[in-house]
Amino acid sequence: MRSTAGSDYPWQKRAEGGTRMSSPQPRRTLHIAVELDGAHTEAARTDPRILAEAVTGAERAGFTFATFDDAPVPPGGGFRIDATVRAAYAATRTVRIGLAPVSHVLTAEPFHLAAQLASLDHATHGRAAWLVGAADTAEALATVGRPRPEDHRREVADVVETIRRLWDSWEDDAVIADVATGRYLDPDKVHHVDFTGETFSVKGPLITPRPPQGSLVVLAAEDLAEVVRPDIVLVGGTDAEDLRLRARQAAGSGAPLVFGELEVLLVPGAPADRPANGRARYTGSAAGLAELLGELSADLDGVRLHPAVPAADLPLLGREVLPELHRLGLHAPPEPGVTLRSTLGLARPENRFAAASKGIA
Amino acid sequence: MTAQLHLGVFYTGVGSQFLWDDPANAPHTEIETYVSVARTLERGLFDAFFLGEGLRVRENRGRVHALDVAGRPDAITQLSALAGATTKIGLVATQNTTYNYPADLARRLASLDFVSGGRAGWNIVTTDNAWTGANFRHGGWLEHERRYERATQFVEAAKALWAGNGPVEADTDLVRLRAEPTVPASAQGRPVLFQAGDSAGGRELAARHADVVFSANGAYDKAAAYAADLRERLARHGRSADSVRILPGTSVVLGDTPAEAAERAEEIRRRQINPQRAIAFLEQYWGQDLSAYDPHGPLPDIEPVEGELDPSRGTISIEHRTGKLERIRQWRDLAETKGLSIHELVLEVQPRHHSFIGTPGQVADEWARYARDRVVDGFNLSPHLVPGTIDDVVDRLVPQLQERGVYRTAYSGATLREHLELA
Repeated sequence: MRSTAGSDYPWQKRAEGGTRMSSPQPRRTLHIAVELDGAHTEAARTDPRILAEAVTGAERAGFTFATFDDAPVPPGGGFRIDATVRAAYAATRTVRIGLAPVSHVLTAEPFHLAAQLASLDHATHGRAAWLVGAADTAEALATVGRPRPEDHRREVADVVETIRRLWDSWEDDAVIADVATGRYLDPDKVHHVDFTGETFSVKGPLITPRPPQGSLVVLAAEDLAEVVRPDIVLVGGTDAEDLRLRARQAAGSGAPLVFGELEVLLVPGAPADRPANGRARYTGSAAGLAELLGELSADLDGVRLHPAVPAADLPLLGREVLPELHRLGLHAPPEPGVTLRSTLGLARPENRFAAASKGIA
Repeated sequence: MTAQLHLGVFYTGVGSQFLWDDPANAPHTEIETYVSVARTLERGLFDAFFLGEGLRVRENRGRVHALDVAGRPDAITQLSALAGATTKIGLVATQNTTYNYPADLARRLASLDFVSGGRAGWNIVTTDNAWTGANFRHGGWLEHERRYERATQFVEAAKALWAGNGPVEADTDLVRLRAEPTVPASAQGRPVLFQAGDSAGGRELAARHADVVFSANGAYDKAAAYAADLRERLARHGRSADSVRILPGTSVVLGDTPAEAAERAEEIRRRQINPQRAIAFLEQYWGQDLSAYDPHGPLPDIEPVEGELDPSRGTISIEHRTGKLERIRQWRDLAETKGLSIHELVLEVQPRHHSFIGTPGQVADEWARYARDRVVDGFNLSPHLVPGTIDDVVDRLVPQLQERGVYRTAYSGATLREHLELA
């Protein structure tokens, strides 16, 4: 079952803290995430089971977590199922893999986002993460009839802060179900959050009790790291060296965990054209990829792999790459019943309202 | 063929009707409970599983209301998780049109519809109160009188997006968007639309756009009058009488004998309106702390604060937002005339929600009459125990309905639209 108390979390924050080893020897672990949006192929548009198979396949392969890309306006006018819905659909079909949808903050109500993500964490017993999106094109904002905020980075920070406060608005022991007094809730432990930002305010509390992880694992790309203060920063790079350099920079600026973005193409004979997104790409054999990941583990806490040809690359990653990393002691599949935070060695955050009332007492 | 009844369960997640203090309940907010209830409903061949919505935690004089069960998931997220764990049951999310963006909600509903293989429904509700609005970007922006105007424009934008014929644009003072369809059509085309509003505005919205109405009219005469009114409105909008299903919200209390059922129903009511809730109810009206008063003693002798009701109960109907002092005067007269305690008075004045009470055979006979006379197409049941009430209905009432030929013996379709036999 879930663990809720701090004492149930034997992993405190990674022992190495923020310091980096300078020697090239591999680190103890490399977390391996996989982006599954690419698995949403033409066939998945007409058969939801294909969505589920991609996630259960990634779980069998031993990935730490799967991400689900999303955008208010899909690129190229194609179809795309809402990422949180996809992740929730996979929630009851999986038991160990983390599930990380992209949700965009400028085109959503912060209150709804907080409830959706908290609900995903409850439905997975603490395996949920959130990759913060901040789509701000005119087309994206037009879907909700909003003008572009004057200071959009400020609004990103405000929405993320609101959501974190809302996740804390129920203390862990708010539900008392005390038959003797007839009280279901302890009203002193469910809080208004009273957030007032530049462009909106939110009263709270959330309709949903605190997520099992306290806070979902929050991920953001480098360019948003400063405003989002994520648990995991995703860094890009033109090649492996650049990736390692940027990872060291991100770690230096205080990110708890740094993951590198890596496109992979394991299929012999597949087109080798470079991805347009500027991501580093590995092309070659499964054994070669395992070797590269071993090297990267000196500077990275994890990688997020983007299979170039998901239908072919995903099975190869599961059959050849992850088992090899397991054999080398670099990566272990997550355990059932363990929260994603625990798997990643991240501490469960203390509830800010509980902390404040302790301060008063 | 005899008209068939369609059943749903309304899992509200908050409120006093649910007896959280019963030791036989499963943990009310756990995903495992939802999954197990949904699977029981599939065993009972139900059409739909509904989740309610309330976008602000209820309060009593500025503090969170402590006595009722509370804490629930985002409906579409939870139903998406249930879609992964079930294969037949319809999954209906209550979502309001005031504090959502049309393109965003349309997309999330279509996504649920897609992953569930065409089993999604949307129970369309409106909200006007600024107290709920305090959780959203624009606050309480919508006037009460215009809430159905907004709802109608919202639903029309959603339907246009689901139709998938290119970009949808609206630019009025109530709805502004420009969006492209982003989700493929599901096995049932688009989510089934439910509408619950009983006001004239709600009935008009239903007659124009709803596939199912979830009315409050469960008693036979009211149900018959409602069905006649709705069919007249449908005809005015050029829709057939059969294009909308009527599933009033109600509850069921079963017993081995009529007397036992009646006794259980009374016991449930006294547990729902228990002494603590009676005090809390009066506190809303007095506007002050009454915890020092004995619920089994006379009404408070102190005067209530002058102001009208604090809207923070969140569920106060328009007609109860004014006239507080007059209402309190009537209660005092009533309590004095009949010699009622606080608890007895509240039991007396709290409206009784419609409920079917009897042996499984009695309730099945009654429901068969409703079906035969076409005053309803089925019911949407609110459980007071989970899973107790649901197990009771599935194991004891459903077989009686099947015997009478008014309830399916197997699912014949795969989508919610097919379950409801909607054209």
